[in-house]
Amino acid sequence: MIDDTVNDGAPRNETADDDLPTMSEDRAHATFLQQLPLLVALVLLWMMLWGSVSVLTILTGIVVALLVTRAFYLPPVELSRRFNPFWAIAFLTRFFGELFVASFQVAALAFAPKGRSRSAIVRVQLRTRADIIMTLTSITISLVPGSLVIEVDRRHAVLYVHVLGASSADDVEEARHHTLSIERLIIAAIGSKAEWELVR
Amino acid sequence: MFDLEPWDTILDISSAVLLVVGAALSLAAAVGLIRFPDALARLHAATKPQILGLILIVIALALSVRSWAALLLLLPVIVFQMLTSPISAHMVGRSGYRTGAYDPDGLVADELAPDIEEASRSSVVSSDDDEA
Repeated sequence: MIDDTVNDGAPRNETADDDLPTMSEDRAHATFLQQLPLLVALVLLWMMLWGSVSVLTILTGIVVALLVTRAFYLPPVELSRRFNPFWAIAFLTRFFGELFVASFQVAALAFAPKGRSRSAIVRVQLRTRADIIMTLTSITISLVPGSLVIEVDRRHAVLYVHVLGASSADDVEEARHHTLSIERLIIAAIGSKAEWELVR
Repeated sequence: MFDLEPWDTILDISSAVLLVVGAALSLAAAVGLIRFPDALARLHAATKPQILGLILIVIALALSVRSWAALLLLLPVIVFQMLTSPISAHMVGRSGYRTGAYDPDGLVADELAPDIEEASRSSVVSSDDDEA
């Protein structure tokens, strides 16, 4: 979803293989710490799927989690180490509220007379440079009915959003504004200090 | 024991209501899938109302089964649905746009087309564009 785009999309945080040894050791350590939440989540999921909490499920869970993260290696997620619970709750409330309202709007559109549902593809220039925030914004936009991310330009942090039921230039501007306000909420919740200052 | 009974009834009724609303949303998704004009618009119907529909149905199940084990099984259903459906929608939408499986007349604005054109003009990018 975030990787291949119109551009060559060279990863910004590419780990160079020919780094100094000390550097790569640092990185290896950092990535293990960064991977820890993922490993814990995978073990929890494993226990959920088995429906039991026992030594056996925990041990097999750890083995499976390690295997999965080695076999399907993903670039480490870079978190900003900043978390604001107030904004996180604000974001979740807004997200579920929109999910609820928009679901019924799209449902109504489905039953509306034909020829009314026009749409638009809107280019949204995000202000963030963090992959995690771009990803979360895209997922949120895509989950809320009526909007869908059909193309991502990762290098320039641009989302192309397909908006259902847009009929005028005003609707296009509103969709752009809406996407940016979601991005702002996510930055407020988990973005770095610098980015939060930027969108404040 | 009979203290619990009205509580049980309330839970059962809310579970039934949620089931019906969830099913109605899934029906709307199916109707939209048929009635929306092009592939991109149909994607909205295919992925969206159905998410809230699924959430409501899962809540309804949790309310009627009322056991922690069931809840722990139901939670990943929602989480995975919410994680995977935007990605599949994105992939279908992206290839749908690239292969022209949409109705240009139905678009009030298309701010992607000029950018793709510009990107494919530059030679560095065009090779990557071909494989996409």
